[in-house]
Amino acid sequence: MDILAQLVERFVNYRSSLYSDSILDDQFTELLKLQDESNPDFVVEVASLFFQDAEKIINNIASALKQGPVDFKQIDANVHQLKGSSSSIGAGRVKNTCVAFRAYCESQSFEGCLRCLQQVRHECTLLKSKLDMLFMLEQQILTAGGSIPPIK
Amino acid sequence: MGIDAGMWKLAGSSSSSSTCRRFHASSLGGSSGEVKALVVDDSRINQMLHHKLLDNLGVENLVVCNGKEAVDIHVSGKQFDLILMDIDMPVMNGIEATRKLRDMGIRSVITGISSHTLDHVKQEFIAAGIDEYHEKPLTSAKLLSILNKIKHKD
Repeated sequence: MDILAQLVERFVNYRSSLYSDSILDDQFTELLKLQDESNPDFVVEVASLFFQDAEKIINNIASALKQGPVDFKQIDANVHQLKGSSSSIGAGRVKNTCVAFRAYCESQSFEGCLRCLQQVRHECTLLKSKLDMLFMLEQQILTAGGSIPPIK
Repeated sequence: MGIDAGMWKLAGSSSSSSTCRRFHASSLGGSSGEVKALVVDDSRINQMLHHKLLDNLGVENLVVCNGKEAVDIHVSGKQFDLILMDIDMPVMNGIEATRKLRDMGIRSVITGISSHTLDHVKQEFIAAGIDEYHEKPLTSAKLLSILNKIKHKD
């Protein structure tokens, strides 16, 4: 197998694993469909925006949890925002964590919210490292003169 | 935590809000070329997503950050065939903006786009005057069905 074929195989397997592990869902595929020659960095740009927003939201939530009394409504509003943006980019596990998080906000569980904050932070960090790798593998293929195989 | 990415390209005038960008897209001559759309959403990600969705379908579109800007743009005389309206926005939310636009006599198709799943919120949005409601995220398929309805309405 030549080097390009190896790179493509590695990329395809890696990308599949992100879906099978629910790190990405079908909405990410929708983003990929939107990317074209007029906007070749569309997915990277959207992902970048997501991580910028996620960082702010997570910091807001962390601050809110340090204050007394805890404003669970405010935290819920932040989580709702994060759920929305994670849903828009296809970040499946982040979105699911937000769903659980909102339930703890509704029940005003401080411990539950704290655990979910840690979990959502972990999922965002994981997503970032996975997407970094995905984009790097993609770039390797393009540099080697290949093209990115579409998702089946 | 941020990924190092290229600059987000702006294709229009900037607003006073530091988080608001305006996109203008001229028709690409596609099958939806005659339709003009307004995206009303405070989320930068959804602004970008909906703008690109519309752009790829050849729909001329403008993006604003909140309900007040949506109302103001109509007061300035601009008209749209389709308005994609989010609910939760600062300054003026989507429900209030929809109500105001209908009170102004605006008959554009207003599609409510939100991640709210609560029935009472949806009902309030419908009562304000939206033509239909879609849960986020908006996909190409959903948008095409909305645009087809507009064409058949014409």
